[in-house]
Amino acid sequence: MSKIHVTTTVNGDEVEFLTDPRETLLDCLRDHLDLTGSKEGCGTGDCGACSVTVDGTLVSSCLMLGVEAEGKKIETIEGMAGKDGELHPLQRKFIEHAALQCGFCTPGFLVASKALLEKNPDPTETEVRYWLAGNLCRCTGYDKIVRAVMDAAAEMRGAA
Amino acid sequence: MRYHSPTSFDEAVGIAAKAQGVTRFLAGGTDVLVQMRAGAVLPDDLIDVKKIPGVRDITRTPDGGWKIGVAVSGAELGAHEELCRDWPGVVEGMELVGSTQVQGRATLTGNLCNGSPAADSVPGLVAAGATVTVTGANGTREVAVQDIPSRPGKTSLAQGEVISAINLPPRGENAGDAYLRFIPRTEMDIAVVGCAVSLRVDGHKIVEARVALGAVAPTVLLVSDAADALIGSTLDDAALEALATAARAACKPIDDKRGTVEFRVDVAGVLARRAARIAYDRAKGVSK
Repeated sequence: MSKIHVTTTVNGDEVEFLTDPRETLLDCLRDHLDLTGSKEGCGTGDCGACSVTVDGTLVSSCLMLGVEAEGKKIETIEGMAGKDGELHPLQRKFIEHAALQCGFCTPGFLVASKALLEKNPDPTETEVRYWLAGNLCRCTGYDKIVRAVMDAAAEMRGAA
Repeated sequence: MRYHSPTSFDEAVGIAAKAQGVTRFLAGGTDVLVQMRAGAVLPDDLIDVKKIPGVRDITRTPDGGWKIGVAVSGAELGAHEELCRDWPGVVEGMELVGSTQVQGRATLTGNLCNGSPAADSVPGLVAAGATVTVTGANGTREVAVQDIPSRPGKTSLAQGEVISAINLPPRGENAGDAYLRFIPRTEMDIAVVGCAVSLRVDGHKIVEARVALGAVAPTVLLVSDAADALIGSTLDDAALEALATAARAACKPIDDKRGTVEFRVDVAGVLARRAARIAYDRAKGVSK
């Protein structure tokens, strides 16, 4: 099976990889680019652990092929903290509110929450819950996650 | 698996016509990739239509209708204000499909071609009187949306044919549509019953109507008896009761873990009444 050469931008850096056309974007991120922050929970678009943005749109990277990434701009959890390691407000608030236990779903929740706040800086609790309905967490019961997102949103608006 | 990314529908159809084994078209991929992973469908040729110019466009046609490209995502559909104003029922059906992540990729055309009787975006299209443009080796043809699904998981498209656009008719004045579905939770589930109503009023009187039901038969149903119950009425109690009765009479559902035959038939009538009320209010401009 011949591999396909893909050039794409991940977290602002141009990257290249060779992919079997059956591999998902998630496979390519983890296995070819060593970006293992995005997780595979289900592989069928149900759990959101593999959430990334592609040209600014939130998607499940397990439901996209690596070859489809050609020429796109991809943002993953690895690009969320500043270059100097300074945490994004969402990351800080997740820690403050203890909005994680095992942590497997956390990269997906953070990427999805960041996409929400870029679109809607002042969401209601209901809007947060609906936006994150495709991110599953089996530890926290969601409450702390929702509070962390609301608190981060308030801080980012300068309202905290 | 060979991956193709043609730059025209003619080229896409040419690849499909020459293909020997299993062929799949790829738009949003939210069904195709799941089927590939499960091993249910292992394509020899995968034809990605997203490099074809215009497939991400939503365009107003000269007659006032809409042409929706086959790779327009649910998120893009929902962000299009003018389209949402014209066909809120069509858009709300699509927006019920999957999560935010799925909305970033999933398409109307994919939801239709996946062939699920419970596809949330399909009843709205049928009630709207939407058609699809089908491109094949011998050119294009226009097909009503309700004639695309043939049985669960199957479409009436011939080998080597592909849908190249979705067409919505001009909305016109004093008209509204709505889609409702029943699921046992509030989000992220598959319709137990879905119902779409599109209608036009003249004053208080309904002068045109179309009613479509999902998940109560092997394919989506366009229920003319239910539409007839509305036409000529002012959506009074008698008309609503006749609508519910006609909707229930059209149902041929199965029993499964999501709902029994009896439950689905009953809920079809309830949703028809509620969707008709919303469509009626929208037509009269009294609600969003």
